[in-house]
Order: sequence, then C-alpha cells, then structure tokens
Amino acid sequence: MDTVTLLNVLVAGLLTGCVYGLSALGLSVIFGVIRIVNFAHGEILVVGMFMALVLFRWIGLDPLLSIPVVAAVLFAFGYLLQASVIQRVAHLPEHMQFLLLAAIAIAMVSGCLIVFGPDAQNVQLDYALDSFAVGGLIIDKTRAYAAVAAVALAAALLAFFRFSGTGRAIRACADNYLGAQVVGLNVSRLYAFTFGIGSACIGAAGCIILLLVDVHPYLAPGYTLLAFVVVIIGGMGSLFGALLGGILIGVAEALAAEMIQPSLKSAFSFALLILVLLFRPQGLLGKAGR
Amino acid sequence: MERLSSRTSRRSVLAGGAAAIATSIAPFSIGRAQASKLKVGVLLPRSGPQAQIGIDCQRGADVAINVLKAKGFPELEFVLGDTETNPQIARAQAEKLIDQGIHVLTGCFDSGQTLAAAQVCEQKGIPLVVNIAAVPSLTDQGYKTVFRNFPTGPMIATDAFQLQKELYTAAGKAPKTVVMIHANDTFGASQADAAFGLLPKMDMPYTFVERISYDPTARDLSAEIRKGKGTNADAVWFISRLNDAMALCREMVKQRWEPMGILSSGPGWYEGQFLQNLGKHGDDVVSFIPWYDPNKAMSKAMTAEFTKQFPNLQLNTNHAHTFEALLIASDAYKRAGATDPAKLIEALQKTDIKDNVTVGPGVKFNEKGQNTATRCSAIQNRGGKTPTIFPAAAAEVKPTWPMRGWDKRA
Repeated sequence: MDTVTLLNVLVAGLLTGCVYGLSALGLSVIFGVIRIVNFAHGEILVVGMFMALVLFRWIGLDPLLSIPVVAAVLFAFGYLLQASVIQRVAHLPEHMQFLLLAAIAIAMVSGCLIVFGPDAQNVQLDYALDSFAVGGLIIDKTRAYAAVAAVALAAALLAFFRFSGTGRAIRACADNYLGAQVVGLNVSRLYAFTFGIGSACIGAAGCIILLLVDVHPYLAPGYTLLAFVVVIIGGMGSLFGALLGGILIGVAEALAAEMIQPSLKSAFSFALLILVLLFRPQGLLGKAGR
Repeated sequence: MERLSSRTSRRSVLAGGAAAIATSIAPFSIGRAQASKLKVGVLLPRSGPQAQIGIDCQRGADVAINVLKAKGFPELEFVLGDTETNPQIARAQAEKLIDQGIHVLTGCFDSGQTLAAAQVCEQKGIPLVVNIAAVPSLTDQGYKTVFRNFPTGPMIATDAFQLQKELYTAAGKAPKTVVMIHANDTFGASQADAAFGLLPKMDMPYTFVERISYDPTARDLSAEIRKGKGTNADAVWFISRLNDAMALCREMVKQRWEPMGILSSGPGWYEGQFLQNLGKHGDDVVSFIPWYDPNKAMSKAMTAEFTKQFPNLQLNTNHAHTFEALLIASDAYKRAGATDPAKLIEALQKTDIKDNVTVGPGVKFNEKGQNTATRCSAIQNRGGKTPTIFPAAAAEVKPTWPMRGWDKRA
C-alpha cells in the first residue's frame, strides 16, 4: 500500500470512527450515571434522524441547524421516559430493565413504520456529496463536519459535567447514590435530567448521521449494537472513551477493508472487542470496579 | 404497596411487549377463505434490511388480483408472511403459512430465504412458485415442489456478458479491466461465482482485476469504494441490494471515482428509491436484469393496472416477477381444477404460458422446475426512468457509454 492510499485509509477511518463515537456518546452518558443499559438507543437515534428529516422537508432546515430543536424535543422525551417509566424498574434485575427497554424500542420502530413507512429516506443537500481534495488525499466533507461535531459535543458534555452545578450534582449521584441522597440532592430528578441529556445527545448524533446515512426504521438495531461495542471498548461511562472506541473501530475497519477484504471488517471490530474484554474488561478509559 | 405496584406495572409491560412481539410477527390474511379461491401464501421480507423490496414485490401481487380476475383466472386469496429478511424466520413463517392452510406458496425475493422456505415446502408437499431468487441450487437439488420462473445466477451472468458485448459494439468502446464489487450474501456470492466462472468462456474484451465482497447491511461502505477505486479498473460491476446500492453510489461521487461505466446485475441500482434519492448521480448506470417485455398483451394489462394503483411509482422487475409468479399459480389452479397440492404440482409441471409479462418466449419448466427460456434485458437510468437499451429488438433509447462525469450532468 502506498503512502497516499494509507493516508486516505487512516483519515477515512478516523472520520468514520468519530461518527461511530458520536453515535455512542448518549449510551455512555446514560450508563455512566444511571447504570441503566439503554437498549432503545438506536431507536432514539432513528427518531432523531426522522425529526431532522421532517424539519428539512417542511422548512428546509439543514440537519446540522436542526440539532438544537431535535435535542430539545428528545431531552423532554428522555426526561419523561426516565421519570415516568424507567425509574420504576431501576431497582429490578437487569433482564427486567432489558425487557422494558426492548418493548420501548419495538414500540418506537413500529411508530416510525406507521408514520414514515419502511422506505429509506434522505436529505439532499448541496454539499452532501462534496469532498475536500488535498493532493491525493480526499476528505469527505460531511464526515469531516460530523467528526468536528462529535468532538465538540463530547467537549461540551465534559464541560457540563465538570463545571456546571447540575453536572457536578449528577456526577455525585453517579459516584455515590446514597451519599447524594443524604446531602439532599433530588436523585430522581437528576436521573431524569441525565436520561434527557443522553437522549438529546443521541438526537444530535441522529441529525449529523442523517447527512451520511439514509434513514429507515430498521436502522436502529445496528446502531444499538455499534454503540455497545464502542462504549465497551472505550469504557462504559467515559465520554472520551466512547470517542476513542469509535476511532479505534473506524480505523481498524478501514485498514482491514483495505488490506484484507471489506466483508471481514466487522470481524475486526468484534475481535477488538474480545481483546478488550479479555485484557481490560473495564474498557480503555473506564474505571475498574465501578 | 410500592413494591406491589411496581410488580403490577412490570406485568403490564411484559404483557404489552409480548403482545407487540406477537403482533409484529403474526401474518395476516386478506379476506375470508372461500372454496373457489386459491389460497396463496405470499412470503416476502416485509421488515428488516430488505423491507422496501419485499413491500415493492407485494405491489406486484396486489396488481395481479385485479388483472388475473379480469382475464378470467380463478380468484386468489393471499395469506401474507414476513421473513424479516432472515432465512430462519422464512422457514418458520413458511411452516406457519402451510399450517394456516395455504395451497401454494410464493416468494421470497432473497435466495437464502427462498432456500429455507423451499425445504419446508418439499417436506410438506406444498408447491412453491418462486418470484425472485437466483441461486442455482434452488432448482438443482431435485426438489419436486419448487418452480422458478426467474433466471439463475449463471443465466443472469451469461445474459449480462452477451448484452455487454452488444453495448460495447454499439458504443465503440469497451473496458479492458473490470472490478467486481458484490454483496456477500447467498445471491451476491452465487452471482459473482457465476460471472467469474463464465468470463473465460465468454470471449469478453476485459479481465476481472479484483473481486471485492462486502456486508450489504454495513453502515459504511467508503472502504469498499476506496478499494475498488484503487484497482484503477476501467469499469465497475456491482451486485448489490437497494440500501447498499445507494450508499455505494454516493461514495463513488464523494471519492471522485469516475470509471468508464457502472454495471449492475442485481437489484438496487434501477429501483425507484435509488433513482429518487440519487437524482442525476444515479443516471447512466447500466443494469442487466430480468425485466418485463412491454410489448406483450399481459404486460400492457399489468402496466395499466399498476399505473392505476400506484401512479407515482415505476413498474420494475419486483412487480413483474411477483405478478408472474401469481399468474403461474393461478394458471395451474385453473388447469388442475382443484386446490389439492399434488394436483397443483402436476399442473405446474405442465405449465406452458405464452401470454406472460417477462422477457422470453413464455413460461415452461424443465424437469427441475426451472424456466430455462426466460431472459434478461439491459436497462439504463435516465432522468428518473429506466428505458431498455438492449436487446436491440426491445431497445427504447440508445445507450450512453462511457458514463458522464459526476460534474458533467445537468
């Protein structure tokens, strides 16, 4: 493989990896605090994509500009979902939580099918098929935007959790549930707030991914699985771990596709997952024993 | 009390979930069973990655109801099944449809799913009239209940080579190298095997420089296109499905890969959604596929009814082959005069339909249940339409070859 090809492969893998990481951030946020594994992750992402699609078709709003609207609506959805439904199963065994979230996921897919049908739909933007050319290096414009958005979103979330009062309170709940209750924090409200933030984050990711992928209701399970692989490799609950996990998978898949066979690239991401589970089960940036 | 309340809630949630799952997998029937109607199980991928194509095939079945009735064929009653784009589900659904009393099964669009359903039909003695599935083993393994009016992978590949020769001769320009990029499912792999096996015998002006297989459900296909572009082949030959075809075409534009032409011998590249979503970037693609003959009387009736039912859609091979599968089943029932599966199978073996819709002299099955006379056409995407360019006798427009550059399209 010549240098230009290798550079193209690495840059494409990096950008694709950032998109993968972006799609997994919301899962990491929710698990990191509430310790609920959101099996409806992909479905919320797809709903976010459909919302951005509707905004584009109704008022011509670019999906990148629709992020605040979609994030706000999904924040409210996530808040209410946690406060009214998930809260009730938080103390139950994990398989019970799984059944509830799987049921929510099925309901969301069915709802999307009723409203939007099974067909793949997309937004047709002027720049959707553009790319930057630097010498022999070709950089996909929408992937570059998505990668920048992913890093910005992760940085904004990190700043929120580190520097805002609410963010610090949420971290206190995550670190010591009983202690947070003792000092008078409204843990239920903070959990709902966190689920809302996680959902908003997934919605924002959906808006960005809509630039790259046609949306249809059955897209969801693939993104749920991808998010699991990404956060397990990066470290459950770690925001930058999610980005790192995404990048590692993106680059590994790109290299495997170029050097071996594209149909085997998923095998490499799962091989990476197995290696991490064997040698660092808490994930690359996760904390042991949490 | 709080605990009791939460248990009650959990039961409700579980019951609701179970009901949702049961509803999602249960097939539903249209109309009540009547003695005079032929009960046909229509098993298609109505959900999962192939949902759009499965639902598209159903449109062909919906059109058949009225057209066949008007032509004096017996009435049909459909019992619908969903393979969920999964061969295991296809097998289970085939069993369920047979338990529901269907007389004949049709489907399943996908080779892997159809193979799974065929095993069940063979065990239960129920005839399977395949609408779309190209894997050779479906009719090569000696099943007595399987009847296929769709060409096999080698037949499609042979026609694709012959039609390409006509194209290159007419255009005066042929590629010297071609890269094959194909889905790694049963259909894609068998078609690619057939093309690679046939090339040395076909006296073509080119050689294959590489064979790149990919997962058709992959989220990202940029690596596949990068690898294909890296071969510097003169032309690219795809064997894809719908969603992956759209992703592959977009990646070609983004990566500024402009080969002499894009060839396809699978679904996806000519379908309405592809044409709509890709716009001008979807133009000039040449597909070598089983198609319908617009000049046949039955085709005209089918086209009229299709336009009436779906005025915003274009007729394609999904509709035509599903329509024709039902025509075959209905014709067999008319001649058999009974819904007994054994009599239907006997009638199907003697099928000889001249007034059909697909390309070729008609429908007649050999001892393996394969129609060996059915043929493919070459069609080219043009401004949202898919006119035939070859065979010359059926051509509607002259071919555009080599394809225009991405930035040279109005």
